[in-house]
Amino acid sequence: MKNFIIKEFLQIFRDKRSLIILFGIPIIQVLLFGFALKNEIRDVPIAILDNSKDLYSQQLITKILSSEYFILEENVQSEKAIENAFRKGKIKQLIVIENNFTENLERENRAKIQLILDASDPNTAGMINSYTSAIISNFEREINPSFAGVPMIIPETQMRYNPKLDSVFMFVPGVITIVLMLVSAMMTSISIAREKELGTMEVLLVSPIKPIQIILGKVFPYVILSFISALIILGLAFTVFEMPIVGNIPLLLAESLLFIIMALSLGIFISTAANSQQVAMLLSMFALLLPSILLSGFIFPLKNMPDIIQYIGYAMPPKWFVIIIKNIMIKGNGIGSVWKETLIILGFTVFFIGLSIKKFKIRLE
Amino acid sequence: MAENKSNSKAVIVKDLVKKFGSFVANDHLNFEVDKGEIFGFLGANGAGKTTAIKILCGLSHPTSGEVNVAGYDIYKQRDLIKKNIGYMSQKFSLYDDLSIAENIRFYGGIYGLSRKKIKEKTAEYIEKLGLQAYTKSMVKELPLGFKQKLAFSVAIVHDPPIVFLDEPTGGVDPITRRQFWELIYKEAAKGKTIFVTTHYMDEAEYCDRVSIMVDGRIEALDKPAILKETYNAESMEEVFIQLARG
Repeated sequence: MKNFIIKEFLQIFRDKRSLIILFGIPIIQVLLFGFALKNEIRDVPIAILDNSKDLYSQQLITKILSSEYFILEENVQSEKAIENAFRKGKIKQLIVIENNFTENLERENRAKIQLILDASDPNTAGMINSYTSAIISNFEREINPSFAGVPMIIPETQMRYNPKLDSVFMFVPGVITIVLMLVSAMMTSISIAREKELGTMEVLLVSPIKPIQIILGKVFPYVILSFISALIILGLAFTVFEMPIVGNIPLLLAESLLFIIMALSLGIFISTAANSQQVAMLLSMFALLLPSILLSGFIFPLKNMPDIIQYIGYAMPPKWFVIIIKNIMIKGNGIGSVWKETLIILGFTVFFIGLSIKKFKIRLE
Repeated sequence: MAENKSNSKAVIVKDLVKKFGSFVANDHLNFEVDKGEIFGFLGANGAGKTTAIKILCGLSHPTSGEVNVAGYDIYKQRDLIKKNIGYMSQKFSLYDDLSIAENIRFYGGIYGLSRKKIKEKTAEYIEKLGLQAYTKSMVKELPLGFKQKLAFSVAIVHDPPIVFLDEPTGGVDPITRRQFWELIYKEAAKGKTIFVTTHYMDEAEYCDRVSIMVDGRIEALDKPAILKETYNAESMEEVFIQLARG
């Protein structure tokens, strides 16, 4: 088996494409997602209809506009003009402040603000909504720290773990998940399929070496390389994007290792079904990559999707891993809060290994 | 070549049957291969050759029947059989992106050869096959003929008493094929048993004995000269066509 591992490493390091997939893609993905594809909001054009024009309403507007998330596109003067402001298609949000804003706040501890959003892009709208609400609730605390009768719902959960609202924090767990899935499952399935395609698998099966040794020998190098890949991503997140890792690092690494092994067993399973590298590649792409990007809740929140798609999402291992690393990395939770997800991933691992063994036996008969 | 003595059989097959569902791929095969013999295993595509060779190599289980390879039982002593056979298919079975020495080291390692032995073998093969110019290159850069001869040598790196060759000369030019057969003769002369399948009927003439499979059964088995006489044919090709057409 030692020979096997040496041979496998030699082959990986001689194949430029493998190296690019192993190390180039993770780096590019982190940088891409981190810099270019940030879905955080910045300089969103908004309009304001201030019916009060008094002290607090002016203060609140100043606070919102100085947040660097929003810029004022238009001052709307009447309710009738609201429709028109949206029709122009430029503004994403319109804030309506009621009459006698300051008076209502001081006398009745109660004031109304209406947030009207352009929801043609629901994700952005949701984000703008929570940013604005957060600023408003901040404002409330400023003017009256013991203020109880709050008119707005304070979306605390959105802000707590990501106070600067940097979306890269949300992306890193997703990128790690995708890269590990890609590297582990795709690379192993391709490399096993390659042995079948070249006919070397047959020779190996004729030799005294046991099938389990063949599989372990093929998989072991990828465990190491995937793990290094994960470390690179974490390192980049930590240095380039200054992402804090709140939780227990050994736990995070152990969970990553478990996920890698799960992805590898999935890769082995794919390779039992695929006889050529192309088929293995296509299967990995369509069976793994796309669902794990689309359905893991990493770019597109699952809760915005139809029920049936959400259920399919439950069957995607990446979804659970994203939850685990978000919990550990960003919230700093321990194993106590992620044991369920960990068990699910363990279950997937056992399931894929079992299926592969079964398929392998059928082939021998 | 070794004569037909009792207790000197490399392969004994009795009533071998292999079914895939209702399809009978091997229908009560009976044959013996002597030690040191070059045994040609012929048949049209789909006649059941590959199925049989896979069973002999332990890649597939027989449905019923007795099979004995290198003196070991296929049901109980599969591990011992694996140590005592070599195998090469038409796909060459070398790793293109490894060098000659790395390939030998890998396959030698799998068969549990010592590091010293592997070194000796590497030097021996490079010398014997005239590969001195290619010691630094990857196997994919070797000319086809060299590659094939190297694949054969690697298949017998652990010095097995029996070698199974599954269409070893597929897609190779006639000169290279001839050189390859010279290599086979040399090994047979050292006492190795060669079990070879082929589509080339001129190669069938090189074998000590040949069997011809048609539709899962062995229709003929004898020395090429006797087969030609029996079927009143000029060449093995004619014998084959007569039999395959039924």
